Amino acid sequence: MSGLGRFAASRILGLIPTLLMLITIAFFLIRVAPGGPFDGEKALPDEIRLNLEAKYHLDEPLLQQYFRYIGQILTLDFGPSFQYKDWTVNELIALGFPVSLTIGGLAMLLAFFVGSLVGIVAALRQNSATDYTIMGLAMVGVSIPNFVIAPFLILGAAVYLGWLPAGGWEWQAQYMVLPVLTLALPVIAYIARLMRGSMIEVLHSNYIRTARAKGLPEYLIVLRHALKPALLPVISFMGPATAGLITGSVVIERIYSIPGLGSYFVQGALNRDYTLVMGVVIFYGFVIVVLNFVVDLLYAWLNPKIRYEKG
Amino acid sequence: MRHWPDRTHKELRASKLLVLLFPALVLLAACDNRPAPPGAGGKHRAPPVELVLVDGRPAPEVLAENQVLRRGNGEEPRTLDPHRSQGVPAGNILRDLFEGLTTEAPDGDIIPGAAMRWNISRDGKEYTFYLHRNLQWSNGDPLLAHDFVYSLRRAADPATASNNANMLLPIAHAAEVISGRLPPDQLGVVALDDYSLQIRLVDATPYFLGLLSHTIAYPVHRPSVEQYGDQFAREGNLVSNGAYWLQSWEPRAQIVLIRNPYYREAELSLMDKVVYLPIEDLSGEVNQFRAGELDWTYEVPNNQFAWLQKNYPEELVVSPWLGSFFFGFNLSREPFVEEPGLRRALVLAIDRELLTEKVTQFGEEPSFALVPPGIGDYEPSIPEYAGWTQQQRVEEAQRLYQQAGYSADNPLRTEIRYNTSENNKKLALAVASMWKQELGVLTTLVNEEWKVFLQNREQKILTEVFRAGWISDYNDPYSFLELFRSGEARNDFAYSNPSFDAFLEEIAKERSPQRRNRMMREAERLLLEDNPILPVYTYVSKRLVDPHVQGWQSNVMDHHYSRYMYKLKSRSASPDAGEQPAEAPVQEEHATGDRS
Repeated sequence: MSGLGRFAASRILGLIPTLLMLITIAFFLIRVAPGGPFDGEKALPDEIRLNLEAKYHLDEPLLQQYFRYIGQILTLDFGPSFQYKDWTVNELIALGFPVSLTIGGLAMLLAFFVGSLVGIVAALRQNSATDYTIMGLAMVGVSIPNFVIAPFLILGAAVYLGWLPAGGWEWQAQYMVLPVLTLALPVIAYIARLMRGSMIEVLHSNYIRTARAKGLPEYLIVLRHALKPALLPVISFMGPATAGLITGSVVIERIYSIPGLGSYFVQGALNRDYTLVMGVVIFYGFVIVVLNFVVDLLYAWLNPKIRYEKG
Repeated sequence: MRHWPDRTHKELRASKLLVLLFPALVLLAACDNRPAPPGAGGKHRAPPVELVLVDGRPAPEVLAENQVLRRGNGEEPRTLDPHRSQGVPAGNILRDLFEGLTTEAPDGDIIPGAAMRWNISRDGKEYTFYLHRNLQWSNGDPLLAHDFVYSLRRAADPATASNNANMLLPIAHAAEVISGRLPPDQLGVVALDDYSLQIRLVDATPYFLGLLSHTIAYPVHRPSVEQYGDQFAREGNLVSNGAYWLQSWEPRAQIVLIRNPYYREAELSLMDKVVYLPIEDLSGEVNQFRAGELDWTYEVPNNQFAWLQKNYPEELVVSPWLGSFFFGFNLSREPFVEEPGLRRALVLAIDRELLTEKVTQFGEEPSFALVPPGIGDYEPSIPEYAGWTQQQRVEEAQRLYQQAGYSADNPLRTEIRYNTSENNKKLALAVASMWKQELGVLTTLVNEEWKVFLQNREQKILTEVFRAGWISDYNDPYSFLELFRSGEARNDFAYSNPSFDAFLEEIAKERSPQRRNRMMREAERLLLEDNPILPVYTYVSKRLVDPHVQGWQSNVMDHHYSRYMYKLKSRSASPDAGEQPAEAPVQEEHATGDRS
């Protein structure tokens, strides 16, 4: 596995400059926005405003603030939240991430298995009525935004039928069903189309024809020879898609009142909560980078040619 | 399309068919005019039993077994430190957790709180408060006069960085303490002994007792603050003196309050547990209410108001709120500097009845004045033209417009700047159209994000007409008038009138309520003459309340203390029918825990 090992090491080294660039850009970008964390409809007395800015080091020169922040990050301390004054950013992320991870993770798993299955079925029954129904539904699923699906689900399942809660969050299955479903549906549709296309292509390749000629039963052909290569495009889509979902969908979290990370991006920016925004942005960046790395590894595992290409 | 492969055609056809299903469903849903069963979900909710009062208290047999109140509360509170909090959501929770020297009755009247009585000196500048003798914190510690002294000092201390510190300005030396010129122990508050404290004021301040019921004047538990610092308001650390204590706080999920057995009137409060749910999405809040998961919403979304009026008439509660919605003029630059006539023209040209009836549609009262009606005996100063017909107003507007030098060939070009919100947009659009129609004014609409908007308003470099408004901190017209003092922090209108300022000074000193009201009325009249604002309507509070919840009353401050509320049983065969999913009976936990 040394080929894979070297491959992995080189990718890990590449993470650091990426993250650094992300941190720097985000740091200066959010401070460019007019208005600050302490502006409100009720004006702050001057003395108090000065005190607050001193407390959070906002009165220092920008570059000094930047290096101070980098130093803090290295100890994994994202600082106190400006907006939620009783909490630190670390605490908020630690509370919000498991929720987003659960919802997003379950949605991705659901989407992956259902989408792939459905896509494979469509590919195997290419050009049949089944195929067209499935792909038709998939087209609809991809086109309808999740914030349109969500109210229908809520009205149906929660308000009129009362089977599930209309929103809110506890660590119980009933609170997870609707959000996971809403998140998963468009992704299922996308993966289904992706899988179908990719599987059809693989099934037409030479080595599959050879396997058929050798007399291998169809199901073995699909499982042993066609599946892995067909998965490649799906895996490569899922890397960033998973990153997006597990760091919280702003829309879904708002509609279902779920305390995930998603709203911190928006609320943090709107409130100029510099530390919170930086914290979640860095976290998100880190997650994306890690997941892309995992995707690369999976690619290399699924397709040995890649390992050796990088030499 | 002809050269697409055949299967894509078929796929598209299939998906088109399916897509057509979708609007069909929507139409079906829209045509469903049956009133939705209130708070149905799958559990059909029976209506509550008749309320039976015995000596003003609800009879035990009408009370539901589970006295748990689930309240939608808008945004997640920024902090539960009463001195640093801001915003209504935090205020609601704090009012249940803490109690000041005074508090409010369900109808909003100021009544004794931690202080059982008080004396006011002849000149109105010295208040002596006598506390109840047996007050305790939620961990059993005694609550004494020096706790209040410590807390007021902390609130004024610039190191605390309180947004509301300026509310304490009536207290002697508060201005110096807040600006850091004097140390906090110089604040005009002193404990005479364990159970009495004295507060000296700069001038007689008639609304001072009301001020003391505000969160800025709540006591905080000194040992906790000293031990936990910025984290003293967290679950497990927070020690409070109100009807409830903080059992759990999951940010953006829920905040759970449990009855505080050490509260001075614990035996009178019926609600055992209050769950605050920070539901930001108003439609989502309505959904949860309809599904029976909420008893009390924070607000209702504007676009569902009419529908709710029809389908949930009993649950929808609309009542006047102490706030004014108006547009402001920037008096420091073109085109409105030194142009009272032009401003008056713009004020007259709009039809407020039309705006509140057709545009905003939630039963607000159209307004021509600054101060909303309903504050004690104060009568807002209504200008003469409020009594005219709209036709007459428009004629006068056109006359003034021309007098200012504008006409069809030389129209006024201006802008209306507002912060992002559906309601603001609709109103700005309507006002601009009315100006165009009646006067020929050409208006650009500028939509800005909140913080940017605030900054521009403050700098006064770009603004001409901007969305403004004011919600009062305390139940007194002065709260509205002082916004317009020269150089006042939020005086984004650049309004500066020495006569008006002098008036404010005198009003601050005036002791007799009738004379004071007259003076405030006169000041308001003076202000409206100068037209620094374009009044539109007075705010209303609007929310959904489950009919099982009783004990509350509509009041202009929109303060609703959970301890006054209780839940009635449902009217049906089985005793627990129709309530929320049955909660485990509330444990009689005592708020102990190591506070050493």
